[in-house]
Amino acid sequence: MTNIDRTVDLDRRGRDWYIDKAVSWLVFVGGASAIVLILGIFAFVTKEGLGFILGPMNFVEFFTNPAWRPTSRPPTYGILALMAGTASVTGLAMLISVPFSLGAAIYIGEFATGKVRETLKVLVELLAAIPSVVWGFIGLSIMNPLIIRVFNVPLGLGILNSGIILGLMAAPIMTTIAEDALKAVPDSYREAAEAMGASRWQVILKVVLPAAKHGLMAAVLLGVGRGFGETMAVLMSSGHSINLPTSPFDSVRALTATIAAELGEAPGGSDHFRALFTIGILLFLVTFAINLTADIVVRGKGKR
Amino acid sequence: MADATTAAKDLAIDVRGVSLWYGTFQALYEVNLEVKRGSITALIGPSGCGKSTLLRSVNRINERLGSYVRTTGSIHVLQHDVLAEDVEPARLRKEVGMVFQRPNPLPLSVRDNVLFAHKLHRTGQRYTRAQEDGIVEEALSTVLLWDEVKDDLDRKATTLSLEAQQKLCIARLLPVKPSVILMDEPTSALDPAATEALEELIWELRGDYTILIVTHNMAQARRASEETAFMLLGRMVEHGPTEELFLRPHDQQTADYIEGRYG
Ligand SMILES: Nc1ncnc2c1ncn2[C@@H]1O[C@H](COP(=O)(O)OP(=O)(O)OP(=O)(O)O)[C@@H](O)[C@H]1O
Ligand SMILES: [Mg+2]
Repeated sequence: MTNIDRTVDLDRRGRDWYIDKAVSWLVFVGGASAIVLILGIFAFVTKEGLGFILGPMNFVEFFTNPAWRPTSRPPTYGILALMAGTASVTGLAMLISVPFSLGAAIYIGEFATGKVRETLKVLVELLAAIPSVVWGFIGLSIMNPLIIRVFNVPLGLGILNSGIILGLMAAPIMTTIAEDALKAVPDSYREAAEAMGASRWQVILKVVLPAAKHGLMAAVLLGVGRGFGETMAVLMSSGHSINLPTSPFDSVRALTATIAAELGEAPGGSDHFRALFTIGILLFLVTFAINLTADIVVRGKGKR
Repeated sequence: MADATTAAKDLAIDVRGVSLWYGTFQALYEVNLEVKRGSITALIGPSGCGKSTLLRSVNRINERLGSYVRTTGSIHVLQHDVLAEDVEPARLRKEVGMVFQRPNPLPLSVRDNVLFAHKLHRTGQRYTRAQEDGIVEEALSTVLLWDEVKDDLDRKATTLSLEAQQKLCIARLLPVKPSVILMDEPTSALDPAATEALEELIWELRGDYTILIVTHNMAQARRASEETAFMLLGRMVEHGPTEELFLRPHDQQTADYIEGRYG
């Protein structure tokens, strides 16, 4: 039999074909289910929250009344103090973590080499992997007595404690993203500046940071989002008392912590229960806005 | 001896016995090169023979690679030993400007690009906006770019045409009045028309600046230089007046190269 007489079968669906199909189907289901889940969660939160928004909610009171007394008779649902709590803690956290993270990113990205650099990157990633309840525990059992002793105040749980803890928690993600932004700056820019006689610092200040500014802004925004959405660590380190703060030692209560602490006790379907979901919608919208802004900022890099 | 010192005075760059290693790989072997003040010298040779390496040793930009690069021998720029420990690279690079193969303007405005080196090196003195404008106009006029960009000084320099970018990269060196300009294949990213424009410009700069230019283009070396040096495999093979080197090369390897018998 010669080669010419041989029959060929081009349409054969072998084992590889089936494996290929199965894997791509699995991947599709995985991806689709993530989207379905997110939409489902959003729909659920919105449904519960809408019951409050369209029902007993008084918009002006909700945003301007500092009193959150869902179990009083009659109840008041004001989240001004909770927003102030979240804002003050997140604000302080950013004051601490932005310089810290940018400094770390500049050191890791522009100065450190070889082993030092690798070690630092691993350390930063380890820091990011610490569970938030552990951070809360640190706030409660280490920072609290420390603040009481150093500043001679009666209670160490409050804005200062929470701000520091949140700052440390937000730092790793900000450092990682900021370092990526610095790494994305072409080396030819650095070389050009150095060839004109710029020192390492001049290169960083006048060339690298301006060139990376969109990425750095995104890093800060994502850090803000991280701080804003954090729950457990804030719950444990902020003192969790409703307050319009006037000093960094004041105890405050955050929006997220309120949901976490009260949802279990609020009877399903009650106004209280639904009001908590309304706070959830607010958190969702703000986080979404922050992430979207970060995304637009990064994309903006392509233009101009 | 007296003769040697007067001769040294006329030299902008004096490379003596320079060997260079990238790690364990030796890229330069005992290279000598004398470049006269105010002249244009072309550095030619096949790919990988060490032209860029030699050029990058003169302004010590090779040091960016850290201790991985090791250099021996001496390089004098205007009679200063630039490899000496106490030489400040920033000062050296003010005196010795560099133009790269790919135009590399900074991602800043045209104006800020021209003023970049100037702002790095002006010490203490205050400059008014008008004085700075004057500096910008003079530098851009010298490179024949002023008319093209004068209404567009705030435009981001990386959006200019490649030809304009490369001219800008020359213009930004001029405000600090370097004595030497090193050019590493400055036209290889440009089209023929732009190449011709750049060559003309380089020719115009002769006399005011000492120029050491690396090129792969024989015609360019012949057109645009007074002296030519030929390198091969990390060694300096021959160096002389351009016409003579091309018409009557002393070394057989030089003859082979200019007749196109190497890559
Ligand atoms: N950073 C480096 N590390 C190791 N080897 C290098 C490095 N840079 C250059 N070399 C080697 O040194 C030799 C000389 O390189 P160089 O870039 O100076 O050549 P060149 O003459 O400029 O070549 P071309 O015409 O292609 O630009 C080459 O063999 C190259 O592979
Ligand atoms: Mg080269």
